[in-house]
Amino acid sequence: MSPVVKKSLNPLSPKERIKVPRQLMPEQPAEERAHNFNEVNLGYDPELARQEALRCLECAKPTCTVSCPVGVKVKEFVELIVAGDFLGAAAKIREDNVLPAITGRVCPQEDHCEGKCLLSKKVKPLGIGYLERFVADYEQRMGTHVIPDVAPTGKKIAVVGSGPSGLTVAGDLIQKGHKVRVFEALHELGGVLVYGIPEFRLPKQIIREQLDYMREMGVEFETDVVVGRTVTIDELMHEEGFDAVYIGTGAGLPQFMGIPGEHLNGVYSANEFLTRINLMKAYKFPTYDEPMIDLHGKDVAVIGGGNTALDAIRSALRLGARKAYVIYRRSDAEMPARAEEVHHARQEGIDFQMLTAPVEFLSDGKGWLTAARCVRMELGEPDSSGRRRPVPIQGSEFDLPLSVAVMAIGTTANPIVQSTTPGLGTDKRGYIQADSETQRTTRQGVFAGGDIVTGAATVILAMGAGRRAAKSIHEYLTTGQW
Amino acid sequence: MFKIIHAEFIAPGIKRFVLEAPRIARKQKPGQFVILRIYEEGERIPVTIENSDPERGTISIVVQSIGKTTHLLNSLNTGDHILDVVGPLGKPSEIEKFGTVVVIGGGVGTAMAYPSAAALKRAGNRVISIIGARNKELVILEPELRAVSDAVMITTDDGSYADKGFVTDKLRQLIQNGTRIDLVLAIGPIVMMKAVAEMTRKENIRTVVSLNPIMIDGTGMCGGCRVLIGGKSEFACVDGPEFDAHQVNFEVLVQRNSTYRDAEQRSLAAYQQAVLPKSKREEQCAVAQGGER
Repeated sequence: MSPVVKKSLNPLSPKERIKVPRQLMPEQPAEERAHNFNEVNLGYDPELARQEALRCLECAKPTCTVSCPVGVKVKEFVELIVAGDFLGAAAKIREDNVLPAITGRVCPQEDHCEGKCLLSKKVKPLGIGYLERFVADYEQRMGTHVIPDVAPTGKKIAVVGSGPSGLTVAGDLIQKGHKVRVFEALHELGGVLVYGIPEFRLPKQIIREQLDYMREMGVEFETDVVVGRTVTIDELMHEEGFDAVYIGTGAGLPQFMGIPGEHLNGVYSANEFLTRINLMKAYKFPTYDEPMIDLHGKDVAVIGGGNTALDAIRSALRLGARKAYVIYRRSDAEMPARAEEVHHARQEGIDFQMLTAPVEFLSDGKGWLTAARCVRMELGEPDSSGRRRPVPIQGSEFDLPLSVAVMAIGTTANPIVQSTTPGLGTDKRGYIQADSETQRTTRQGVFAGGDIVTGAATVILAMGAGRRAAKSIHEYLTTGQW
Repeated sequence: MFKIIHAEFIAPGIKRFVLEAPRIARKQKPGQFVILRIYEEGERIPVTIENSDPERGTISIVVQSIGKTTHLLNSLNTGDHILDVVGPLGKPSEIEKFGTVVVIGGGVGTAMAYPSAAALKRAGNRVISIIGARNKELVILEPELRAVSDAVMITTDDGSYADKGFVTDKLRQLIQNGTRIDLVLAIGPIVMMKAVAEMTRKENIRTVVSLNPIMIDGTGMCGGCRVLIGGKSEFACVDGPEFDAHQVNFEVLVQRNSTYRDAEQRSLAAYQQAVLPKSKREEQCAVAQGGER
């Protein structure tokens, strides 16, 4: 008997599918959006989504799923879109990803699913991120979340940090019937999704909706708790009865370059700059009480080439900056930011000063920043990261007049949890040691993942760690074996 | 939401609050602080914890009306709520037996020096406390400090109470009298801490100060509270707030704390316009021009 071959719901032949162009994401015109915080991308409508879904080649061995840190079953959800079953598609994604409306917006798909899409060998890859976002938004509009009905296990898990990794752990474990309580240091939930990523890329409303859904599923949240200070991991386990703890506290302390003038008024870390804007709404001063330097008519630069750098400088532009520069010491090819963000930023008029680095910040003599003294670079031999090392060009110094400079050059480990949890192993940079498969730390019952283990990375990689941790925590709680 | 169990003015413009915060009360150690946000549109401000009662699950803080947020806070009363209180933050004071310790509190800084003085006394030190204030009415916590000190010295800027002068005058006296001092802990306005540091540097007396830079999250995430310590950048929220006074760059601290001065003044003026009658405004303005803390 021959195996039953499932007939594809897609009416197009593979050749025809390749001929369908990638459907463009509708977006706010660049000149308009450069002055507001509304979302840049407007999202597919059902017709665009269906049209895009038709391009999927339905590979026998889908490399998209393999390269997805949380293993979203792309082929299956895309096929459901072809069939017009958008809610079914959303449910299919939710089997592997509890935050689809968020990853559909901020995930660097070119490094994962879309980068591995077979279509990209000949034409543009399938718009997997756009499709994920479409079904997640559709489901939200329909208001038809499915609340899974599971038998309680009686086990309790504490999740430290409500960023993407912690929320993934919480979402996965609550669906296994465990009790989950998430502790957040700030007054608002969401971690970097809330204080870091700006509204024009990830509207806060989307995060609120995802959190509401988690509450409906039974996840408990407690804000204003700095684990390590307000309560320790040991107290959570021995006094508050948690059977396991997941640490997802994020990347932590902002780095500075150690060049003269970094203490001038007007030099911010990207974390502080973005926190003032996103979390504290300082741009609405005096309606909101937290102040920030007024950027109207000012020249602003961000130092760095990652997503955080672009988030910061595009925010500055929207807050009235006259000139908005990205100062990056390498070239376009090495920029770690998502391709779409770089493209959007260029459209909006951000001035990219590539192969350039500041060597000193200059002041007006009263403690305020007036310029960055910069040097041009050229690329030399590859360094430890495999990227070509930037080397200063002698005699290329120039002064770039600036009122505000934002340092977005990375972060180092926050020591609070590590220093208050005896026996918790850390690496030489101070990040928590955790097994890359099970996310187990050196302490029984304690798991960790995301940036606090790997150093600063992406939302989806943190979620991937959260997903592995949830699986491993579930195993530990059901077998009792460490 | 954190309930105010008790609130009372202990001096003009200086109010003590007892807050229901059981988690913080259980963990608080001298030298640590909380960050609070009064309402949804409010800013986050750091406030040192004066004391805690783990049994009752309460902490106390002492707040001087300086900007809009502290004025607003000091308008709250018993039974009101504060939206967010997080802590205890920062490293606790180093408490051990040093020998003779001089604890200096300037203005409302006295409330922050008090728990450390008490802990230092319990650790077996001889504690000499010096309180400095602008005038008689602003001398706070005198009886409390007397109870935990071997000697208490007081100065007022205008001489309306005890001796006219500054805390450094008393410190100089102690040094000149040949008192062996093993540690000085100074908490108060930046100018005061700087003056103390300069005096003890010459004498090689170990000196610790508690810094109060601009802060948002208080957990090391934002880097706004960076201070220059021995030429190196440190974060007051996780590396401090207490530092070796002889390593602190006070000029940079003063400069960075002035970043939002215009905005702060506008904010305060708008608030006072909205809530206070003119006479009260003038009175509070006079208080506000006082000090940093």
